[in-house]
Amino acid sequence: MHKLLNDSPGEKVMLLGNEAIARGAVEAGVAFATTYPGTPSSEISLNLFQMSQESDLYFEYSTNEKVALEVAAAAANSGLRTFCMMKHVGVNVAADPLMTLAYVGVTGGMVILSADDPAMFSSQNEQDNRYYAKFGGLPMLEPSSVAEAKEMIKYAFELSESLGQPVLLRTTTRINHSNAFVTFGEIQKPQTKGRFIKDPHRCVTVPVVSRGLHVKLLDKLEKATGMADVSPFNFVQGSGKFGVITNGVSFHYAEDAVKDLGIEDKARILRLGFTNPLPETLIKTFLKECDRVLVIEEGEPFMEEAVKAFGQEEGIVIPINGKFKGSKSKGEKTKNLFSRLSEYDPAMVREKIADYFGIEYAPVEKMDNTDIPEIAMRPPNLCSGCSHRATFYEVKQAAKDMDVIYPTDIGCYTLGFMPPLSMGDFVVCMGSSVSTSCGFSRATDQKVVSFIGDSTFFHSGITGLVNAVFNKHNFTLVILENDITAMTGHQPHPGVDMERFGLDTFGRVNIEKLVRALGVEHVSIVKPFKVKKSIETIKEALEFKGVSVIISQEPCILYAKSIKLKTPRPFVVTDKCTDHKECINGIACPSFYIEEGRVKIDADTCVGCALCAQICPENAIRPLKQ
Amino acid sequence: MKTTRLVIVAVGGQGNLLASKVLGEAALISGVPVRMSEIHGMAQRGGVVESAIVFGDATSSIISDGEADILLGFEPAETLRAINRCSKKTMVITNTATLPPFTVGIGKGSYPEVEEIKTLLEAKTAGLVWLDAMALAREAGSPMSVNIVLLGALIQTGALGFTKESVIEAIRRRTKPAFLDKNLKAFELGMEAAKTP
Repeated sequence: MHKLLNDSPGEKVMLLGNEAIARGAVEAGVAFATTYPGTPSSEISLNLFQMSQESDLYFEYSTNEKVALEVAAAAANSGLRTFCMMKHVGVNVAADPLMTLAYVGVTGGMVILSADDPAMFSSQNEQDNRYYAKFGGLPMLEPSSVAEAKEMIKYAFELSESLGQPVLLRTTTRINHSNAFVTFGEIQKPQTKGRFIKDPHRCVTVPVVSRGLHVKLLDKLEKATGMADVSPFNFVQGSGKFGVITNGVSFHYAEDAVKDLGIEDKARILRLGFTNPLPETLIKTFLKECDRVLVIEEGEPFMEEAVKAFGQEEGIVIPINGKFKGSKSKGEKTKNLFSRLSEYDPAMVREKIADYFGIEYAPVEKMDNTDIPEIAMRPPNLCSGCSHRATFYEVKQAAKDMDVIYPTDIGCYTLGFMPPLSMGDFVVCMGSSVSTSCGFSRATDQKVVSFIGDSTFFHSGITGLVNAVFNKHNFTLVILENDITAMTGHQPHPGVDMERFGLDTFGRVNIEKLVRALGVEHVSIVKPFKVKKSIETIKEALEFKGVSVIISQEPCILYAKSIKLKTPRPFVVTDKCTDHKECINGIACPSFYIEEGRVKIDADTCVGCALCAQICPENAIRPLKQ
Repeated sequence: MKTTRLVIVAVGGQGNLLASKVLGEAALISGVPVRMSEIHGMAQRGGVVESAIVFGDATSSIISDGEADILLGFEPAETLRAINRCSKKTMVITNTATLPPFTVGIGKGSYPEVEEIKTLLEAKTAGLVWLDAMALAREAGSPMSVNIVLLGALIQTGALGFTKESVIEAIRRRTKPAFLDKNLKAFELGMEAAKTP
């Protein structure tokens, strides 16, 4: 049985934050869950997917976050407890249904999880999704720890049902990817079938209906403000005139700092976990007890601005700072405030608290490390035997005399932008490779060749391609079909043969047929490890005037190895090598190394894709005789 | 309870996250509060994997620069790269077997001399345990056991206050049964190697 399905209330286990969240959803009796995978949220859905194989839970990997939210919205409006999870930028994709679903509301509890990524450990931006709660009018909860995350999702379902509103649960990477002890609670048996009750004056959002719904939404938010004021997730800790208002992981840094600085009797911390709408009365009462207040929150000044406004309403003139310096004329010591950038850490919070409240404090002495020699970085790289490397090399060869722009997309293949491949010139979000190609090809006389993975193509590449066909743009799109969503840890997508996993309840969408059906006139297939043939095929596609699509088919090597689809068969550099270094300089596979001036291949990591063997001018790279 | 802060650095694939989970389990067995944070976005693609483990009463789950009590390095250059996590009070335990970054392997990046790494780590910190965990893992029967060898060395130092038995129980619970004998041997060899001569 899946470890998160153990019906053993009281058992104490060590869980990853994402496992604790999945367990919390199960304890809450979640019946229906949808997602598009994205770091740092992916392990939540992976665990729910696994649990759905052995329980009544319905779970699906949807094609993108908008689809996931709409599928979930229907379930929640049929009365089921529904959970929809995504990474922070996924909420941008789902924003359209999100804004109006907030008007319509739900009849079953619905929790939408946004996994934010301050410091951008694996994201293209560090947007602060608390503003979505404010923007849309959604109640929001933010845990400070792994154990709290599990309890909070249970409360989130109850809150959602009592307000008839979807609730936003907002985490950050340091919650999702932390481990801590968690105590299992009781598992509530889910209600797995619902019934949709027609209610056009709530569910059909024509203007006359929506005008009324907006009024109701504001009423619900007022009710929620009262609930936030008395929520157990908003609490005051300590007493004294130094006020700290904080949320999320920053709460624990502040809590440790107050102890380390020995100011437990001087400092009062207001920890906010129910953060939209903010608990107005609680905050105003807190401000009246303080001489000065420091707001500690990663990201944007979401709470700081609101707290200042509450102070103004009450005529409270104490200094309130977080990220903004405020008026200089007051002579306030506010130079050392918090940043809107990246993430915080315990020492940073300790130092700023000490500085803001004028506490004597000797920070840890910084070591002089200028004598540390240079150590080469370890940037992530396309894997040994990755088919993307071959495709990139072949496109580069086929287009070598052309002036080419290479728009790329979100996935492992984004790494192709690094030298020596240098195949990737522009990327902003999922699916942007296709639509930006439309723009680049019109706005310039440069050749445009773009790259998109199969999962990303399903996610949001198709509409761009329809646009290209309709507006008769001129570029070549390379679809990298590796049969899996690789970057986020091998989740399925609509093009995957699910029978490989022993699952026979899935359909399958054929990319080639789909592309042809969209009206793309020039479609070709390449097998990227057949180098010469691939280059010829790619050249033909590049010569076509109009939209051409090349589908490069080869399973992700990590995935192929894990399901025993491929057995590594290493190659070796023989004595015929005359040191052209075409292999290292052209494709830079991580299995290469140089020993005494000679190129070698690490037999432990080489999988035998034979790309290097095919580009070696001397034919010097051969299979290793076992 | 006193707070002890441990930073583990490794290259993707060296088993750092499993080592962290074993320590977490040992903490559970020993009744010590613990919080761990890990950064592993690109682990499978050759990047650096770092874990922060905070034992004791502090409630934060990450560790600031200069505030690690112990630095456990799975690769010597990565240990040195993480020197900003240390202060003069930090104890360092490191594997000496190198895994040069790819760029070094193809002659396009520099890698310090191993002896220089040793000298710098000794000069800048409170103490250094220097062992070839790869050789010991092979001796135990599996190069995959580097992580468990290093756990043995860590436990031998006594810095975490865990008993040998609690960690052995944690290894039993958290590692694959097929590797148990090799891992237990690896743990013993790691402990032995860290004994002061």
